[in-house]
Amino acid sequence: MLPVVILALPLVAAGAAVRPWRPWVGWVGASSVACVLVLGVVLAARVVSGAPLIALGGLLRVDALSAFMVIVIGSVALLATWQSVRYLTHEIGAGRCTRRHASLYAVLVQAFVATMLLAVLASNVGVLWVAVEATTVTTTFLVGHRGTAKALEASWKYIVICSVGIAMAFLGTVLVYLASEHAGGSTPGDLDWTSLMRAARHLNPGVMRLALGLLLLGYGTKVGLAPMHSWLPDAHSQAPAPVSALMSGVLLSVAFYALLRFEAIANRTLGVGFPRLLLVIGGLLSLLVAASLLLTQRDYKRMLAYHSIEHMGLVALGAAAASPLAIAAVLLHVLGHGLAKAVLFLVSGEILLVESTSEIAQVRALLTRRPALGGLFAAGLIALLGLPPFSLFISEFNMLRAEVQTGLVGPASVALVAMAVIFAAVMAHGRHLLLGGASGSATLPSPTPRMVTLPLVGGLLTCAVLGVSAWPLQTLLVAAAHVVAR
Amino acid sequence: MSGSGFAGGLGLAAAAVLVCAMVIVWRRSATAIVHALALQGASLGTVALLLGLHQRSGVLVLVSVLVVAVKGAVVPRLLARVVAGDPASRETAPLVNVPASLVTAGALSFLAYAVARPLAALAPPPSGRLVFMGMAVLLIGFFVMASRRQAISQIVGLLLVDNGIALVAFLATAGVPLLLELGASLDVMLVVVVLRVLATRMQSVLGRVDIGQLRELHD
Repeated sequence: MLPVVILALPLVAAGAAVRPWRPWVGWVGASSVACVLVLGVVLAARVVSGAPLIALGGLLRVDALSAFMVIVIGSVALLATWQSVRYLTHEIGAGRCTRRHASLYAVLVQAFVATMLLAVLASNVGVLWVAVEATTVTTTFLVGHRGTAKALEASWKYIVICSVGIAMAFLGTVLVYLASEHAGGSTPGDLDWTSLMRAARHLNPGVMRLALGLLLLGYGTKVGLAPMHSWLPDAHSQAPAPVSALMSGVLLSVAFYALLRFEAIANRTLGVGFPRLLLVIGGLLSLLVAASLLLTQRDYKRMLAYHSIEHMGLVALGAAAASPLAIAAVLLHVLGHGLAKAVLFLVSGEILLVESTSEIAQVRALLTRRPALGGLFAAGLIALLGLPPFSLFISEFNMLRAEVQTGLVGPASVALVAMAVIFAAVMAHGRHLLLGGASGSATLPSPTPRMVTLPLVGGLLTCAVLGVSAWPLQTLLVAAAHVVAR
Repeated sequence: MSGSGFAGGLGLAAAAVLVCAMVIVWRRSATAIVHALALQGASLGTVALLLGLHQRSGVLVLVSVLVVAVKGAVVPRLLARVVAGDPASRETAPLVNVPASLVTAGALSFLAYAVARPLAALAPPPSGRLVFMGMAVLLIGFFVMASRRQAISQIVGLLLVDNGIALVAFLATAGVPLLLELGASLDVMLVVVVLRVLATRMQSVLGRVDIGQLRELHD
């Protein structure tokens, strides 16, 4: 019952948002997402030590990994929907958007959250595919919501590239089905994840190898792994800030969650070698692309987008190690990155709002001119760069440790070098934005409202608490890691 | 249905899917391309219908009706409206000329034959031999997307990729689960609707819908 309620909440909120938009509709949306987060925690407590929860006649299945992903989606979506109220109020006030157009935004955001929840709650990998594809459909108009030529271009690229990618994942899913049809066993021709795991040893290795390659290409496109990443910087930089926060913070991870599930099956069928090779290639390429393009970045929203590619590369390398330690670190990283990246995108939305430019060169001395925004941006950057006390430090450290333990010393050292380059590049850009020389256009800072800053501070504090001690999540992380790794 | 009749009919329908892809590569007029796409959707539905009758599977017959409705009628009609909105919709400056495109499409079919061999080995005999045709349509779809610059051609390329995958799915497996096929068809329809709306907006904001003009965003 609980998983059904979780799925229904955003749909109900979407229904409420159909009328012309008013701020209370936005708050209804935010509270429905808050309920999803609370129910996600309840769900996690139920499944962390017990059997998985089955609902809707076996269509939904919640194990520790699914429950953890519900928590990630809930927390990032809470930040994003909260901030959406401010974004829409401002756009309507500035006359760039009608209340009707705003209601389209509100409906799509809730539908987007619902599709992501369906993706992580589905027991059937076919339904998982349908849900991930549906996220593309729901987000395209959100990316182009501002209606400018650039935003339209970004959404065109986004839907075309992601649809092709996800079509590859469909072919991969069909091949997995083909393999399961010929596996014998009790339930031939089944796309249920647990039956696939049970039958994994009898799947045809040749077909599974092809299938895994296609699935990695397909879901990898949505994850933003190089070389299929080209839509990501455009979409994430052109979308409204709350949408960027959702896409960068959770959508990438939801697609990665699909890869984790398939990697677990492939590890049993093919052994760890082949999946590991593919993930190492994808991860390292992403790190190198991110490092080289971050060096010359001139736009701070694009900078954040490339930074997401880096983090997804790190997560792919962590998943390549495939030990329980590695997967637990990967999951903690997904949560930490989601929170910190969402906060940074939301802050950058505020900066764009008051400075009306997204060029790094034209924004200076934020820390002195707008202390609240500058401080949040600085703290967010510190978190994303993997410095203590934030949880990304612990998770990056543990991922690297797990990689060395499983013999991935070479990839781990390349990753370290790329991370050092990225660190230097982002520090240079950040220093310019935050300190910089005194700018000529030193306008009087209009203070950012508390309503805006408080949730962002909350997001970063959560990230810091998880870094000091992962106690609230420790058992859940371990349980979730053991779902896909042994 | 008799064994040889079934094999022949199946081969004919699958070949029709591939031939339609070739026609799309050959023709430049958007109207002709949309017609070819509708015919391709109908042929794809025929493949599913033949398989369904042969296996006496009611679900597969249902799927075939769905495929004909979505890929043979709804999607082409949606596309036809985009074409009607832009009367001058001809591929005026393609990156590759027609003869070279046709040669490439032929070469891609051979490549598909090589790629599909492990699948053909697993699939049941009469349809297993035909799996490569689906792969070929998929690769031709990629080629169309890469070599043409009109927005509508990119949508057509995407649909070719999708039809190719559907053909592989029908021929290689004994019919994909209904749930998956339903979801996939619905998604394709939604994607086309979204692309159509986007194309219309781009027409009004940018003038012509030429992907070559999309160069604002870069590093």
